[in-house]
Amino acid sequence: MAFQMLLNFFLAFTWMFLKTTFTPASFLVGYFWGLVILFIFRSYFSERFYLHRVIAIIKLFFLFLKELVLSNLSVLKLVISPKLSIKPGIFALPVEVEKDWEIMLLANLITLTPGTLTVEVSGDNKTLYIHAVNIDDVKDSINGIKDTFEKAIMEVSR
Amino acid sequence: MTETYEIIIGVMVLLGAIISLIATIGALRFPDFYTRNHAISKSTTLGVSIVLLSALLYFIFFEAHFNSRLVLAILFILMTAPVSGHLIGRAAYNSGVKLADRSVVDDLKRDRQKLQKRKKTQ
Repeated sequence: MAFQMLLNFFLAFTWMFLKTTFTPASFLVGYFWGLVILFIFRSYFSERFYLHRVIAIIKLFFLFLKELVLSNLSVLKLVISPKLSIKPGIFALPVEVEKDWEIMLLANLITLTPGTLTVEVSGDNKTLYIHAVNIDDVKDSINGIKDTFEKAIMEVSR
Repeated sequence: MTETYEIIIGVMVLLGAIISLIATIGALRFPDFYTRNHAISKSTTLGVSIVLLSALLYFIFFEAHFNSRLVLAILFILMTAPVSGHLIGRAAYNSGVKLADRSVVDDLKRDRQKLQKRKKTQ
């Protein structure tokens, strides 16, 4: 990915030198044509075309925003309900992603969605221990959240 | 047209403030440390983000410039809030803060006990 981006920057600067206009606009135009050239030659790279990864990152971001808003609403509903009928607890969640930064990202995403908070990562990096405000709610939805987040993260790192 | 913008921005500021307020109420009502940590460390994230976002919109609509510092502020809040939330929770658990009585399960305790038993038998 880094190599392809560097190549793309190089092509953009080449474009600027060819046009002899050194403005951000001409840089962007050059970057765009560089993308097109890289796309045409994508089968010659050992990695896949890097724009796929960029799109996956953007998708992950929007997925995260959606979860953030939805789960915030559910916690707010819990807080203002007249009877505080919550069942907090810590449960273990086995994870499939392996690299350190993927686990970090997954743990942080789970922490940032309200109602769940990563308390500990097990020593062998295979289990996340998650504290949940209302474990009944979470048990249903956590698999969905985990699946979607984990799939999106794998899509980025693939 | 400016009035519409004013109303949109005003509603967003109010929304952020209300979310923060409810999070604070949650901190008072929840039974133990961990659940309070939930309420404080995250619902406020959304609240503050919305307030900052409305400030960003204000600058775009009324001052006609894109204030990139506000975007940075939102990004950094989103990046740092989960780390602090996780570390505070982890530190609390490792220093032995008890879960509330109404807690149902504690898988971490179970797994740690298993690990200790295995160490003893070895």
